Amino acid sequence: MKLRKVTAASAAVLALAVTATACGGSDDGKDTGSSGGDKKITIGIKFDQPGLGQKTPDGYAGFDVDVATYVAKELGYSEDQIEWKESKSADRETMLQRGDVDFIAATYSITPERQEKVDFAGPYLLAHQDVLIRADDESIKSAEDLNSKNLCSVTGSTSAQNVKDKLAPKAQLQEYPTYSACLSGLQNKAIDALTTDDSILAGYAAQSQFKGKFKLAGLKMTNENYGIGVKKGSDLKTKINEALEAMVADGSWQKAVDANLGPANYENEPAPKIGDIKS
Amino acid sequence: MFDFLEDYDLLGAFWTTVQLALLSAVGSLIWGTLLAGMRVGPVPLMRGFGTAYVNIVRNIPLTVIILFTSLGLYQTLNVSLGADGVVETLNFRLSVLGLIAYTSAFVCEALRSGINTVPVGQAEAARAIGLSFGQVLRLVVLPQAFRASVGPLTNVLIALTKNTTVAAAIGVAEAATLMKKMIENEAQLLLISAVIALGFVILTLPTGLILGWVGKKVAVKR
Repeated sequence: MKLRKVTAASAAVLALAVTATACGGSDDGKDTGSSGGDKKITIGIKFDQPGLGQKTPDGYAGFDVDVATYVAKELGYSEDQIEWKESKSADRETMLQRGDVDFIAATYSITPERQEKVDFAGPYLLAHQDVLIRADDESIKSAEDLNSKNLCSVTGSTSAQNVKDKLAPKAQLQEYPTYSACLSGLQNKAIDALTTDDSILAGYAAQSQFKGKFKLAGLKMTNENYGIGVKKGSDLKTKINEALEAMVADGSWQKAVDANLGPANYENEPAPKIGDIKS
Repeated sequence: MFDFLEDYDLLGAFWTTVQLALLSAVGSLIWGTLLAGMRVGPVPLMRGFGTAYVNIVRNIPLTVIILFTSLGLYQTLNVSLGADGVVETLNFRLSVLGLIAYTSAFVCEALRSGINTVPVGQAEAARAIGLSFGQVLRLVVLPQAFRASVGPLTNVLIALTKNTTVAAAIGVAEAATLMKKMIENEAQLLLISAVIALGFVILTLPTGLILGWVGKKVAVKR
């Protein structure tokens, strides 16, 4: 009796596993489709980056979201056919490789290491590492000035490593898990400057609760080419590139920059040429 | 496949982890013992303090405690622990402080369970020959309690070793911080996580084995 129960149970498990695999298979089929019908497209964005990709009570907002929506439209998906997924920095390559998302637009800098794992369309924005300082702070004019300051950035991020290794090795660098923690330090003067990409900083400074309190120093210390990540070898890359070109050509690109990052006096670079990666 | 590891100071990061764990272990053993003493003591005020401390602190997430040491103690209350504004030293000390505060609650409870294994008759006998409460605790009860609670304390020590990764929340350069940095640069999520996990197993597995053996050796046979 006991033995038969076990057999039955394992048969059930097997059957479930088979069904699950079948589901996975059909999923793959629909992901590669390119147009219309009741199909969905899954896009990875950041959920916690004001101005770029943020989940709000009314949906999703930010520059990355606008770009992704435009690209999806060009690919033949209307806004309600988009399924947004959160792609944290550390998960991005894995999500693309596993096929969890069709493409990722999440402050995704194109780097040689990442290009080994995934393909990039774009770039669609040229950002620079910069510092955000208190609005009344006049003491930071160049990267050297940072050496005597307390800086803050997110633990392990490229910006944090740049500061330690190259830009201002003598600066005191505080690392926190989120930019918000840095901002509270910046407000009560325990920290002098928050450093990361200027696009991200502009998004934070543009938040209503911080309006007028912080400003960008405009140091342009590095070049970060934001690209749209797709699975290695995917045919989406060329289609996304065409969509990005169309977005720049018809002016929606500039409109999206102004709407999302404008309020913080962020002076954007002109739209980068597709495939032109500035190092 | 593993050649990217050469670019990183893996040993240095784990050395920081070991330092964090050892300093916090010593600190929380001392503070935890004092707390256990308070909780079994005759003074109602101290008993109340001990109980309140343990119940409050062990129910706060460690991340919150560690973040509080930096955002609350340092940034708001200007507690700088003699670090002269050197961020690395400061964060290391703050996180040791936070880990001690948190782990002591568990040390205290592990010890108290050890105290409960000592038959009441012994404390009564010790009182009867005229020892004070402090002497009873120091000479009779605690030595036996420690020997009985090596096992639970080992658990606490292993948990503490792994909890040191929370210090990454305020940027202490230990193993978890290095892991974040490596993941950011290398796009090798699984491999990197596996290497760090292996590092922790190398640290904690011998701890468990050795202390398990010690625990058997010193246990009071009743």
